[in-house]
Amino acid sequence: MNKSRTFLFYMFIMPWLVGFFIFTAGPMIYSLYMSFTDYSGLGAANWVGIENYKKIFTEDPLFWQSLWNTLFYTIIGVPLGLIVGYMLAVLLNSKVKFMGVFRTIFYLPSLVPTVASSLLWILIFQPDFGIANAILSFFHLPNSNWLLSEGMVKPSLIIMSLWGAGGGMVIYLAGLQSVPVALYEAAELDGAGKFRKFWNVTIPMTSNVIFFNLIMGLIGSFQVFTQAYVVSSGNGGPNYKSLFYVFYLYQDAFKFFKMGYASALAWILFIIILIFTVIQFKVFGKKVYYEFDE
Amino acid sequence: MELAGAKVNAKVNSKKERSIKKGRIIERIVTYALLIGLSIVFIFPFLWLVGTSLKPESEALSFPPTIIPETWKFSNYKDVFTMVNFGQYYWNSIIVTLLTVLGTVLSSTLVAYGFARIKAKGRDMWFILLLATMMLPPQVTMIPVYMIFSKLGWVNSFLPLIVPAFFGNAYFIFLLRQFFKTIPKELEESAFLDGCGTFGIFWRIILPLSVPAVITVALLSFMWTWNDFLGPLIYLNDDSMYTLALGILQFKGALIISWGPMMAASVLIILPLIIIFFVGQKYFIEGIATTGGKG
Repeated sequence: MNKSRTFLFYMFIMPWLVGFFIFTAGPMIYSLYMSFTDYSGLGAANWVGIENYKKIFTEDPLFWQSLWNTLFYTIIGVPLGLIVGYMLAVLLNSKVKFMGVFRTIFYLPSLVPTVASSLLWILIFQPDFGIANAILSFFHLPNSNWLLSEGMVKPSLIIMSLWGAGGGMVIYLAGLQSVPVALYEAAELDGAGKFRKFWNVTIPMTSNVIFFNLIMGLIGSFQVFTQAYVVSSGNGGPNYKSLFYVFYLYQDAFKFFKMGYASALAWILFIIILIFTVIQFKVFGKKVYYEFDE
Repeated sequence: MELAGAKVNAKVNSKKERSIKKGRIIERIVTYALLIGLSIVFIFPFLWLVGTSLKPESEALSFPPTIIPETWKFSNYKDVFTMVNFGQYYWNSIIVTLLTVLGTVLSSTLVAYGFARIKAKGRDMWFILLLATMMLPPQVTMIPVYMIFSKLGWVNSFLPLIVPAFFGNAYFIFLLRQFFKTIPKELEESAFLDGCGTFGIFWRIILPLSVPAVITVALLSFMWTWNDFLGPLIYLNDDSMYTLALGILQFKGALIISWGPMMAASVLIILPLIIIFFVGQKYFIEGIATTGGKG
């Protein structure tokens, strides 16, 4: 009886299991091996030990630049996106009329394919005839070169990402709506005002969705690629200021034929994300409230 | 004496009530003002997109910009198909996306059922592994996977984009597993007593009951595949194979950008997703909420 159950189980998960070995476990091991070679994508892969890793840390300014670009984008963009999404959800949650209409308006931008949205924002941020500078000029504010400016290219990309904050909003809304009303009533009885209720009931009770979005947001943000590729016409400019880590990795692997080197970059990325995730769990893990399910 | 005191109390109480009411009205006004203001900010790029798609090139570049086009150039939409191979791109995207969705739904439901309802040794271990793969950055496996497809001779075809979908997707497997667990066990048990095999239970009982969840998976999968850029970028080399994500970049020349047609092309890329959203709205919103809601 048990034997046939085991057999059945493995039959059902076979697609994923096979895929796991072919597309995940196998490649992971192989890319780790490749990171210790000088493989270019053609020809032989010669063992070079930790040469790649040494070069990355000591002789590669683009590594540090791309790392900095990604960290900047992540550390500023993820919390901002979180706050905007959460605030939108809070606004929507306060029984307003036309809630569905507002929700659609905020959510729709997150459905726009990244390439299309990037092209649209290139238009909006165009320094000479773009609407962004037009609006600034209208209020007698200084104009910017936005995506073409070394200093403003990353903030511009962050603004672009905020347009899609409605994606997270939907998840927060669900979390907000599952907070038991009784808790708010109890807080009111204890004399809690609006702010207290928000800080001591709403936030703790939605901490699990916030945490989930934080982790996924971090992992996703570390992999930002398409927007940067499109707005910089594939070169990570101006002056490498939009060369995010994955962008740099892609270039080394597929444009400069340094696949061994790029594999080392990939593993370093993996470890960085792992460390960040572990830190998040350690710092916030205990403070998150989980509803017990089954 | 008491009557006078009661009257004073009544006056004080109604003053409090009135100030609470005033507070609530102000709150409402602020909320609506914020919502309307933010709505304008969020909608504006869409308006700009559609507006520019209908402008002649000279007006698109004009400063100060015009919000509503002064001349309406509908032919921008025709130009989209004549300037580049847009029809081909559209067809390619449709094929890749539909096949990917098919593979995803088939494999993910199967695997999710195994995880949800078939108790076996090692099940928990594999499930944790499944969850772990959700956090793995794809770049770690990207290069060897490319090499596998290269050795198979599948580069510059749709196969590298479609085939992996038939091996399940961790995110959707997780979503479906959570959903399957909510189906009452009694239904399966009685079917089992009636002599129905496990696969029969899966096919004839679980799936029909899971239509909402399956639709959600299909819609999300459609959206992600339609949007995919890196995949087509590394695997598709010929212009004739490009999907929309790659094809639309053809409008962005090195020296000259045709803004009108480019925005029109963007509208055409976005349109299917918006239509799908409005048709399957509740699946989107509830589906995403369910995965993110409970850990």
